[in-house]
Amino acid sequence: MLARSLRAAPAARQCLRQLSRPAFTQQFQCRGYATPQGDKVAKFKGQKGSDGKYTVTLIEGDGIGPEIAQSVKDIYSAANVPIKWEPVDVTPTLKDGKTVIPDEAIDSVTRNYVALKGPLATPVGKGHVSLNLTLRRTFNLFANVRPCKSIAGYKTPYDNVNTVLIRENTEGEYSGIEHVVVDGVVQSIKLITREASERVLRFAFQYAQDVGKPKVRVVHKATIMKMSDGLFLNLARDIAKEYPNVEFDAEMLDNTCLKMVTDPLPYNDKVLVMPNLYGDILSDLCAGLIGGLGLTPSGNIGDECSIFEAVHGSAPDIAGKGLANPTALLLSSIMMLQHMGLTQHASNIEQAIFATLAEGKALTGDLGGKAKTHEYAAAIISKLNA
Amino acid sequence: MFSRRAVQALRSNAFAAAQNPSIAARTYATTVQSDIFKPTKFGGKYTVTLIPGDGIGAEVSESVKTIFKADNVPVEWEQVDVSGMEAGGKHSEELFRESIASLKRNKLGLKGILHTPVTRSGHQSFNVALRQELDIYASIVLIKNIPGYETRHKNVDLCIIRENTEGEYSGLEHQSVNGVVESLKIITRAKSERIAKFAFSFALANNRRKVTCIHKANIMKLADGLFRNTVRKVGEEYPTIETNDMIVDNASMQCVSRPQQFDVMVMPNLYGGILSNIGAGLVGGPGIVPGCNMGREVAVFEPGCRHVGLDIQGKDQANPTALILSGSMMLRHLGLDEHANRISKAVYDVIAEGKTRTRDMGGSSTTHEFTRAILDQMERSG
Repeated sequence: MLARSLRAAPAARQCLRQLSRPAFTQQFQCRGYATPQGDKVAKFKGQKGSDGKYTVTLIEGDGIGPEIAQSVKDIYSAANVPIKWEPVDVTPTLKDGKTVIPDEAIDSVTRNYVALKGPLATPVGKGHVSLNLTLRRTFNLFANVRPCKSIAGYKTPYDNVNTVLIRENTEGEYSGIEHVVVDGVVQSIKLITREASERVLRFAFQYAQDVGKPKVRVVHKATIMKMSDGLFLNLARDIAKEYPNVEFDAEMLDNTCLKMVTDPLPYNDKVLVMPNLYGDILSDLCAGLIGGLGLTPSGNIGDECSIFEAVHGSAPDIAGKGLANPTALLLSSIMMLQHMGLTQHASNIEQAIFATLAEGKALTGDLGGKAKTHEYAAAIISKLNA
Repeated sequence: MFSRRAVQALRSNAFAAAQNPSIAARTYATTVQSDIFKPTKFGGKYTVTLIPGDGIGAEVSESVKTIFKADNVPVEWEQVDVSGMEAGGKHSEELFRESIASLKRNKLGLKGILHTPVTRSGHQSFNVALRQELDIYASIVLIKNIPGYETRHKNVDLCIIRENTEGEYSGLEHQSVNGVVESLKIITRAKSERIAKFAFSFALANNRRKVTCIHKANIMKLADGLFRNTVRKVGEEYPTIETNDMIVDNASMQCVSRPQQFDVMVMPNLYGGILSNIGAGLVGGPGIVPGCNMGREVAVFEPGCRHVGLDIQGKDQANPTALILSGSMMLRHLGLDEHANRISKAVYDVIAEGKTRTRDMGGSSTTHEFTRAILDQMERSG
């Protein structure tokens, strides 16, 4: 009732429209319950081309984007990964007052089912919705996966961190539904729906199985937000029953924040799953534990397509100087390989990255080294298993 | 139905504000100075409402009472054993009303944390209801390393000021259709201005240099945008204090990597909950972080990082430091600085000495032993 009276932003309405397909999904969900293990959520649908290679859309991004993308390309060709890159431009344009990305880019991602993306500079104050948000909405990327793993060779106050966090990505506090009731009084709506919650929760359990983590923990604030977070929590309890091999529990947001900062080690065997805002905050907190966004990969998972990206900024101040650290984009690409089922290539490149970082001879400036971007990439290539 | 009521309530508030802009402006123009009130003394003693709370509450309040008594602090306790454990019980509602009445009367309280059940049928959080009812709008949490107790982070000294009465904790939620829930976050200019003024006056009064506004205005452009702009505008009236702002996810990351950069932080309700827990994690946990909730009429002192501690209830393991330090903050508020200093110094000395520490600080002492050690220390330094 209230929602209908809202003066929602056009983009938000669009997002809502995407979510409201109850008649269809009701059936789908019933079937889903019956065969939980059969069809996977967000399974990779891409096929190898006639040359035996997968085509992957590459969004190089702004600022340091092209340099770090080049490192990825070099390392991939050295490691003989069966991937062909298809670079696209995603410079946003305004069409009918809405931020849109070029059709070629959308077509490319839709065709290839997977993309790797460098940092994009969000134009400030031009009426653009952030491009990341646009991409998320265009491809309905419902889950954001953020693993954080301590890097040997880069010392922080925390050692041996190895957390995985999954964040609902389409609704919650970031629904974009806000309005001014009267001057000086604003309502902002946190939207929690069964459909979106079930989807991300099921993905979390499945992801835990895939990466071999024995536990899933849902993080919530249902003592205060009894209905919204309560819905999320109750759905989690139901869905947990479909996955008897995965241990399930729940924790209050306050406790998670406290314990994560005090000692993150007990979270190493868990996949954390939570609504949008909590996920946003906690995933950055985890990144802080291991030394910042320059070292953390991320994947945005959708039903059809998935986009893997570096979440750090485009660092225009060092762009073009060969100083950038490509680690976050590289690690994101490793997540992509795992998603595509190319696990051997993934582990080969991953071990080479970690070995290079641990050795500490060819580090980029942000990690206290003197190496150029291409020297760091060369060091990784030299550590690849033949 | 619920939603309609909620909307009505909002609307009527909103109308009131719209019709009387001058009154609203005048009301909020008064600085925090006028909010500083002093309870009166009767028979040479202050009466203070004591709400031990659930979980470890009883044990740690016992410790505070013992210590205050040993130091002859001129405080008379008026204890209300309200509990949030029994869901929806009539008795607990009554006690809750009683605690509100007592706090209104005494204008001063020391409080543990009340449990809130997760179930939807369960009552609304008493902690939140109490803060809203008494309009104790500003929560202050002091995050500071205790000398002698080593944690991963050194030289942390920050202060979290949190809006306590609106935002995500508005309690306004409804289910539009089955499976679609909306939860309202309310941000008003009046309350944002009030908390901003509080934060800047606090910074000024406590020789702090910088106030950082924590928000998520890049996503919640209207709600958090209003909060950020209001804080910025209030900041202009305090030219000696540096003002900046930071997005909440970045702030969390900065907190665990370089917490020394922060001084006073001001933020809406939910972010305060998150950052005070992160902060507590930096300096050694919820057992040692004191806090208080200030309003125009009433001040309630409670552990800054609001954990009930049900898991260690009754085991004589709880760390009473947070409540003792909250108590000594209360004594300073009353102008009883000598008592406050003696007590807090004794606590710090015992912790620094390192022989008697509770389990959360890596020791093996019981709550009783720790309390005893503080008493001995106070006696020694006489």
